[in-house]
Amino acid sequence: MDPSISELSERIREAAAQKRALRIRGGGTKDFYAFKLEGEPLDVSSYRGVVDYEPSELVMTARAGTPLSEIEEALAAGGQMLACEPPHFGPNATLGGCVATGFSGPRRASAGSLRDFVLGTRVLNSAGEDLRFGGQVMKNVAGFDLSRLMAGSFGTLGVILEASLKVLPRPEEEVTLRFEMEEARAIETMNRWAALPLPVSATCHVAGVLTLRLSGSSLGVTAARNKIGGELVQEGVAFWRAVREQTLESFRGPLWRLSIKSTTSPLALPGRQTIEWNGSLRWVATDAPAQQMFEAARRAGGHATRFRGNNGTPVMRLDPALLALHKRLKIALDPLGIFGPQRLHPEF
Amino acid sequence: MGKPEILRPSVQPALDKADLLRRLSAALPPDCLLHEREDLVPYECDGLSAHTQVPLFVALPENEQQVCEVLRICSQARVPVVARGAGTGLSGGAMPHEQGVTLALSKLKSILDIDPVARTARVQPGVRNLAISEAASVYGLYYAPDPSSQIACSIGGNVAENSGGVHCLKYGLTGHNLLKLRVVTIDGEVLEVGSEGLDAPGYDLLALITGSEGLLGVVTEVTVKLLPKPVKAQVLLAAFDSVVKAGDAVAQIIAAGCIPAGLEMMDKLAVAAVEQFVHAGYPLDAEAILLCECDGTEEEVAVEIERVSQVMRGGGATDIRLSRDDAERLKFWSGRKAAFPAVGRILPDYYCMDGTIPKKKLGEVLAGITALSKQFELTCPNVFHAGDGNLHPLIMFDANEGDQAQRAEAFGARILELCIAAGGTITGEHGVGIEKIDQMCLQFGTGELASFLAVKHALDPHALLNPGKAVPTLHRCAEFGSMRVHRGQEKFPEIPRF
Repeated sequence: MDPSISELSERIREAAAQKRALRIRGGGTKDFYAFKLEGEPLDVSSYRGVVDYEPSELVMTARAGTPLSEIEEALAAGGQMLACEPPHFGPNATLGGCVATGFSGPRRASAGSLRDFVLGTRVLNSAGEDLRFGGQVMKNVAGFDLSRLMAGSFGTLGVILEASLKVLPRPEEEVTLRFEMEEARAIETMNRWAALPLPVSATCHVAGVLTLRLSGSSLGVTAARNKIGGELVQEGVAFWRAVREQTLESFRGPLWRLSIKSTTSPLALPGRQTIEWNGSLRWVATDAPAQQMFEAARRAGGHATRFRGNNGTPVMRLDPALLALHKRLKIALDPLGIFGPQRLHPEF
Repeated sequence: MGKPEILRPSVQPALDKADLLRRLSAALPPDCLLHEREDLVPYECDGLSAHTQVPLFVALPENEQQVCEVLRICSQARVPVVARGAGTGLSGGAMPHEQGVTLALSKLKSILDIDPVARTARVQPGVRNLAISEAASVYGLYYAPDPSSQIACSIGGNVAENSGGVHCLKYGLTGHNLLKLRVVTIDGEVLEVGSEGLDAPGYDLLALITGSEGLLGVVTEVTVKLLPKPVKAQVLLAAFDSVVKAGDAVAQIIAAGCIPAGLEMMDKLAVAAVEQFVHAGYPLDAEAILLCECDGTEEEVAVEIERVSQVMRGGGATDIRLSRDDAERLKFWSGRKAAFPAVGRILPDYYCMDGTIPKKKLGEVLAGITALSKQFELTCPNVFHAGDGNLHPLIMFDANEGDQAQRAEAFGARILELCIAAGGTITGEHGVGIEKIDQMCLQFGTGELASFLAVKHALDPHALLNPGKAVPTLHRCAEFGSMRVHRGQEKFPEIPRF
């Protein structure tokens, strides 16, 4: 066993023996997303480096502490990318944190989510055992999909040591176009275009402007552009980075994330809204009470999470049956409850 | 770990069959419960006919409430339940349990709703895969995953197996195309997993349930994503004088930045088998052929076809043909799609394997299969989903001839071991079922299996849902693996030997 793994494993066994909580930490860039941050930090950032990457296999395997920027540079050199366009939220973002939080960026609606690209994970469980779920191949249905279950589990089920992700070629060309239109029309337009064979790879509506990105071969992008019109945005790359990293003005303040049915009409909620993913993701910067946000999302067929600006309210709300199942799964995989207790929910 | 003590179903020692029949009869309409032997026999196996077992009863509920009732009754009586869709599975996942009830979902076959604007379809589990695309077609939409059994297989079964198909390199497996499920637990409780948005709060239960082979719950409703139908699709058919060259061409196509809609390979034996049967026009002298489908807008297809052809030429293709129209495209595909039945016409039986390997190991694994073919004296044509490294070696045999069936099974097991050794997996899309349960012990160690069993225990504490499938008990692995070595260590050293 690699010395740094045996060290981590030893720390876990000690914590388990003394029933002390551990807070698994990479770059700490997503600490804002928590109900509570309990336990001594278990820093995995020194376990880093690309383990295996061959562009023709479409798979990147790297250690959890590898900086996300380093992964993206290596992929760019191979003409490829993490197609879910994960947010960094800071220069220290790591691959492990990226998988553990499961956040996806602007390309998600067309390319798939972070968890869609998870092929395998190597994990230390709460007994300090070194386990491997999934693998490095595209298709694998052997055993329950615990590697994808790790995506978005926020370090509450185990310590991710390594992850293998499916990667995709970078598009030959991308253009960003803007259209002035009101929210209702933008929602209708995004959904209509999503039902047509157009190479739309990202959408964002904010402050009366729909911005859209086309990606693909040069010929394909030009043809699509001729079909839909719009005004060319010169700083497209910077704009999508600002959406991904939430540096646009409209993200400022206590931020709620509402993941709902894409065709839902404009939500009558106080605060500023930013719409992504063809209408299925609505960011609301607001001081409105939690109850109002949870209810609005539920009525729209989805769910709300308090993304930023934790004020002691739960991050998410789970129905009783699902909450019970979450608690049983947590006990199954972390029976002593040492990994990130209450990070996601007061009850597990 | 969660110390799952219950490793096999805790079936009640003295099952009162008459009482169970009475209770199930009360919960179901008269024609929805089969209990006479001649009615039960058609359910004795799924698409893997080598394993058969007549169930105690077959329940055919007509709605979700009846599904809940059947599960509640079986749970109380501690009777195993095996869910079944269309019965087309290839790994014996729906093979009945001798002391169990088969819960056939074939009567739940309504398309409940198609929302062309939100691009979703909400359907019952017994709806056929292809029926979804047919119903969505008027809106210019379709459901992307297309297992080769798509005219018959049901969406509920696709969810249980996380089925793939020839287009999953570009469009993903079943799990990538789901939004929401209604799942009934062994206690008869309904869970809503996923949402009408693109994700759900908390743990990714949608990922956990998908591909769980009926071990965690019974799916009663599925909401799938629909995609716009591509404007155009064209197929390139290329011939190579060696399988290694064809395999290298596959890697080069992907390295060139193309993700074709389909990228399939067939070796010479497979080509010969299908040509006798469907006359797809494949070159009989080639050692391997590649079929590469490009789809998208007119412009996108034109660009990709040009790029792929260049790579194929550079990779030593001896002949390249481009489908001129849709009729020819379908003709090119007809051979690939008929590969399994074509092989079945040459010898009465075949055993289809499903390992997946890193693409760079293709040459090595194929050489291994050829050597095994000589050793076991059985012919083995190969067809692959080459783009994603998913192999389907078809071991041909005649079960009525001597020990051929046993040899075929042993040959298959050795192929799976080759796949594991190459860094791959024993199953890419067909599932573990009963067929590959022992090889699970080779692919995973005690710790991983204990994690699976802990998750199983969390959802089904008495191990009543599809027992004996998909995840082996540690005890079973100890027996199977007593002489085996994994990653340089003896596996299961802590388990007593027998």
